Amino acid sequence: MAKIWVFAEVNNGKVDTAALEILTKARELGGEVEAVALGPGSTDAAKELGQYGATTVYASDDEVYADYVAQPAAHALHELVKEHAPELILFATNYDSRDIAGRLSARTGSTLMSNCFDILGTDKARTTIFGGATVVDVALEGTPKIALVRPKSFEPEASGGEANVMPVEVDIPDDLKKAKRVERHEEQASGPKLEEAPIVISGGRGLQDASNFELLDQLAGAIGNAAVGATRAVVDAGWVPYAYQIGQTGTTVKPGVYIAFGISGATQHIVGMKGAKTIIAVNKDEDAPIFQIADLGIVGDALKILPQLIEEIKTRKG
Amino acid sequence: MNIAVCVKHIPDPNLPGELDGQRLKREGVQGTLDPGDEFGVETALQLKQAHEGEVTLVSMGPPQALEGIRRGLSMGADKGVLVSDDSLQGADALITARVLAAAIKRTDFDLVIAGVESTDGYTGTMPSTLAELLGVPQLTFTNAIEATGDALKVHRQTVDGYQVVECSLPALITVTAGVNEPRYASFKGIMAAKKKPVEELSVADLGLSADDVKVAQNIVDISQAEERKAGEVIEDDGSGAAKIADYLKEAKVI
Ligand SMILES: Cc1cc2nc3c(=O)[nH]c(=O)nc-3n(C[C@H](O)[C@H](O)[C@H](O)COP(=O)(O)OP(=O)(O)OC[C@H]3O[C@@H](n4cnc5c(N)ncnc54)[C@H](O)[C@@H]3O)c2cc1C
Ligand SMILES: Nc1ncnc2c1ncn2[C@@H]1O[C@H](COP(=O)(O)O)[C@@H](O)[C@H]1O
Repeated sequence: MAKIWVFAEVNNGKVDTAALEILTKARELGGEVEAVALGPGSTDAAKELGQYGATTVYASDDEVYADYVAQPAAHALHELVKEHAPELILFATNYDSRDIAGRLSARTGSTLMSNCFDILGTDKARTTIFGGATVVDVALEGTPKIALVRPKSFEPEASGGEANVMPVEVDIPDDLKKAKRVERHEEQASGPKLEEAPIVISGGRGLQDASNFELLDQLAGAIGNAAVGATRAVVDAGWVPYAYQIGQTGTTVKPGVYIAFGISGATQHIVGMKGAKTIIAVNKDEDAPIFQIADLGIVGDALKILPQLIEEIKTRKG
Repeated sequence: MNIAVCVKHIPDPNLPGELDGQRLKREGVQGTLDPGDEFGVETALQLKQAHEGEVTLVSMGPPQALEGIRRGLSMGADKGVLVSDDSLQGADALITARVLAAAIKRTDFDLVIAGVESTDGYTGTMPSTLAELLGVPQLTFTNAIEATGDALKVHRQTVDGYQVVECSLPALITVTAGVNEPRYASFKGIMAAKKKPVEELSVADLGLSADDVKVAQNIVDISQAEERKAGEVIEDDGSGAAKIADYLKEAKVI
């Protein structure tokens, strides 16, 4: 039976949800599903990984994987691949995973497919090109094959299994301990997490100025259970932190309601939010591409409508 | 500090993309330097200003990719290397990294700079594969860079903030669009660029074999993505906010 591996990121003791999504999908492919988790908390994480379908979890709690960027993990994975010969290795499109997968590809000579949103078999995956307009199925050759899967591509579903834990004991040579993380800054967002919020309120360059993002916070507060997101244009401009970014290079969201203020609707933004149930857009340009996918489009000034909407909601809620 | 900057020439992102059989059409398509790579060129020029050395632009692509290199040269880079070869059509990220690694190894580099992801292919993995092939560490997703003569300290963007990462040179970094404001090429720069040296190489010149550049990814099926339909679009006549509130009520969020 073909062996399928899922590389699971474990951060602050928590298994990345995307790993659980990918495990769920991997089970369907009918191979032998195993997971690899490297860094503090990995041994404990094996339990959850088992519940989502990993029969074996190769785990190491060594700090070296958290302290140094990509090189130690790529090295350990390569050693494990040599020993266990998986057919397909699946990673989530997250920053650390992407770096590790890229390095592993060089070592194993594996072709690597990025941005997959479906895995069709151990040698075939699906992605989109032209900013999501065209779907392509790609056949992969060689062993192992490596694929990076976009988070939120699958619904995670536990199967209730139990994993056998295999401790990873790989020596990491000193010359792979080079890029050292010396500080970590994490912003704790208040309210629901962007990718989990049932309502997402999002702003783009049309809000004119960083200070106007405050209006989105106020609206989120008035509605309740809502998170605030943004386009890359305003993240790059430094108005809000990267955590807010929705789209191809940012978070994928699938809320019940998505409200876009001053967002043009570039394809790279749309791929991250078109899964929303209802899309509402406010843009002063009637030809803005966002209107082509919005259920309700308002041609108007976001800076005028926002304060009115906040008042309107407060009034209706009483 | 000698710096190699990866620059990709891409089909104009403002034009609709086209397929040529199972591949992205590149020949005869209006092209441009990937806007994402201008940040890499700018980063290199700023580092050169502070630490001296030479900036070499490295590109793999069809012959017209020379235009992309010229553009970077007109911003102020010193020289270019273009690897162009019919056998590289449809190259995946691994092959691209092998080619660029071979080209960069011929230069005397302390630092390699690439974009976080290309605008047309956006695999986002080519740089880390390249770093591995060069045997150097990688600092990806940087939006602030501090360099001393032989080491780097960067801010690496993460999902919920940033990390400060340090490493010695040689190294590879990828830069985001938040890292700087790329300069415009001056008229003088454009004129000077025409005289700057660009070495053009084939796969054989790099000592790579046919196997090294054999494509292992092939499109086997193409279809149109499911599209969302546009709903109602109305002009705001003062009632826009109330209309949105109605929708929110219908969706049961208020
Ligand atoms: C490789 C790559 C990856 C990318 N990844 C992402 C990604 O993950 N996420 C992402 O968002 N983008 C991404 N982008 C960028 C994307 O292409 C767009 O540049 C970006 O989404 C545009 O952001 P925007 O809509 O805020 O700005 P603009 O495109 O500048 O749009 C601003 C809009 O505001 C409207 N407007 C102006 N004033 C007002 C007003 N007073 N009231 C109402 N409307 C107003 C304008 O009509 C316009 O439509 C990526 C690009 C590349 C090349
Ligand atoms: N053919 C190429 N020539 C030069 N640089 C490239 C090429 N392909 C990718 N790159 C570099 O690698 C970065 C990431 O590209 P990608 O992996 O295609 O998303 C780009 O921003 C470029 O800096």
